[in-house]
Amino acid sequence: MKDFPLLDRREVLKAGLRFSTATLGMGAAGAFGQSVPFAPPDSTKVLGPPPSALGQRSPFETPQKFLRPGTAAAGASFTPLEILHGIITPADLHFERHHAGIPVIDPGSFELMIHGLVDRPMKFTLNDLKRFPATSKICFIECSGNGRQAASLPDGLPEDITPGQLDGLFSVSEWTGVKLSTLLDEVGASRRATWMLAEGQDAAVMGRSIPMRKVLDDAMVVYAQNGEAIRPEQGYPLRLLLPGWEGNANVKWLRRLEISDAPFMMRDETSKYTDAMADGRMRMFTFEMAPKSLITNLSYPYVMQRKGFHEIRGIAWSGGGKIARVDISLDGGRNWARAALQEPVLDKCATCFRYGFDWQGEERIIMSRATDEQCNTQLGYVDNEANRGPGTSYHNSAIRPWKIHADGHITFAMKEVAA
Amino acid sequence: MNRLGAGIFLAVLGLVGCASTSNNARQDYGLGRVIDAAEIAQWDIDIKPSGEGLPDGEGTAAAGAILYQQYCTACHGDQGQGGTNDRLVAAFDREVNYSTGSPTRTIGNYWPYATTLFDYIRRAMPHNAPGSLTNQQVYDLSAWLLFQNGVIAENDVINRSTLPQLQMPASGLFYWSDEVVDLATD
Repeated sequence: MKDFPLLDRREVLKAGLRFSTATLGMGAAGAFGQSVPFAPPDSTKVLGPPPSALGQRSPFETPQKFLRPGTAAAGASFTPLEILHGIITPADLHFERHHAGIPVIDPGSFELMIHGLVDRPMKFTLNDLKRFPATSKICFIECSGNGRQAASLPDGLPEDITPGQLDGLFSVSEWTGVKLSTLLDEVGASRRATWMLAEGQDAAVMGRSIPMRKVLDDAMVVYAQNGEAIRPEQGYPLRLLLPGWEGNANVKWLRRLEISDAPFMMRDETSKYTDAMADGRMRMFTFEMAPKSLITNLSYPYVMQRKGFHEIRGIAWSGGGKIARVDISLDGGRNWARAALQEPVLDKCATCFRYGFDWQGEERIIMSRATDEQCNTQLGYVDNEANRGPGTSYHNSAIRPWKIHADGHITFAMKEVAA
Repeated sequence: MNRLGAGIFLAVLGLVGCASTSNNARQDYGLGRVIDAAEIAQWDIDIKPSGEGLPDGEGTAAAGAILYQQYCTACHGDQGQGGTNDRLVAAFDREVNYSTGSPTRTIGNYWPYATTLFDYIRRAMPHNAPGSLTNQQVYDLSAWLLFQNGVIAENDVINRSTLPQLQMPASGLFYWSDEVVDLATD
């Protein structure tokens, strides 16, 4: 007990400490399981553990993604946006949406195949791909179905939903890999090519058709996320990255790219990720994610603890480029004032915004509204539904209202705004 | 800067210019390996709307009915009415497609291409044993689902030439978004 002179051994064990190297790596108060983490009364009187081979979160911090009850292999888990600070999502909190579970892929035997309208059909190993000129992009990936509980669903609009439960199919990472245009030069893609099939090697062999203009503009195949190999649930060892475009098209566990002169009409781009419009027609290939913002701190289930100064904080993003401005309303959308934007303001990425105000116990509906550098502005509930069609809940980017009640508790107020 | 200095300066500029030019030229990285048609065929599983990629063989609704009961009812219901997963069968109903709220998207009222049905069953179904069905079984299951949705008659046979020619009930209702019309036509 030399390192913990102030602690009785039984107390230490009661607190859930185990004196393994791994535990020491977590810090002096490392704790396991359900036990309450333990901190010595005075950390300045206790020699701490030595450096560790792999860092761990403080045992006092136990973030979790949100999983709906009964989530199966074709399911999703949501990033807890309300507990994050800044723009980068920790890799283990990145949202997940899989169609047939997470495949296990050996990087040693992995190859990417490119064929179709090319001079030289080729395969590339992971090491091949890492030897091409590398490039990085800090950007968001947002699931096409993110925020669908802000749409008019048969079971009504919820009031007790957190920002993460509502819009947590949204995460930001630094992605590193190869520009797809570099690889297409290598195989000699035809000038006649207008579409590319991207196909994964999960158990659904999920595939999407991507317009060649996007492929040549800023598409990448990426093998790294926030400085290390991509997580299995994000596509290890390789995924497609289409900055600003709906998550489903950013194909994970990428195995095959087929260059073509027509779309492939895969199941997901015909029967699923299409917009059923008010005129009875169905719109296909709506890839770009619209301007959107979300208040993440003064929102359900937060309760205002006292009167006085409060800072509204949140994130804004757009698939159309950089965020140009975010406006805040404290009166249900009648008046708007400009929020402060936190640098960096990056292309197709989350931008943090802040707005301080004085709360004196009055009932308020607060909301944020994003505008991007293309001058596209986040739509309200009615306009969003008209734009996307009443028969789709994809790409729901409608302005998110939160109601601060007189007693300080906060609820999701879309029901009131939509009425 | 004297004349000699300026000359050196310009020479350096010229060198930098050359270097950057050559760096931007088509670079042969010598990475990857060229593959032949046989190797491509192992992974090239997609079926295009033209029917390209469809294998030999043909299917019937009668044979598909038996397979459906065996492989599909647990998730999709014994008549394709849906269960723990998607409803598959519903005849095209214009009212459904016009109504507010998410329409139930079935093969009969929503799927625009019959080829997609074969492609998707073969690559991803059944959910707990993906890719396990033979081409024959996929043809049969496709035939049963198309028959149930009123796309083909009970005794129609589907194969590589008939499947791409089927007119799906909702196919004429699909259109491309403006963003892709712009992107795909350069």
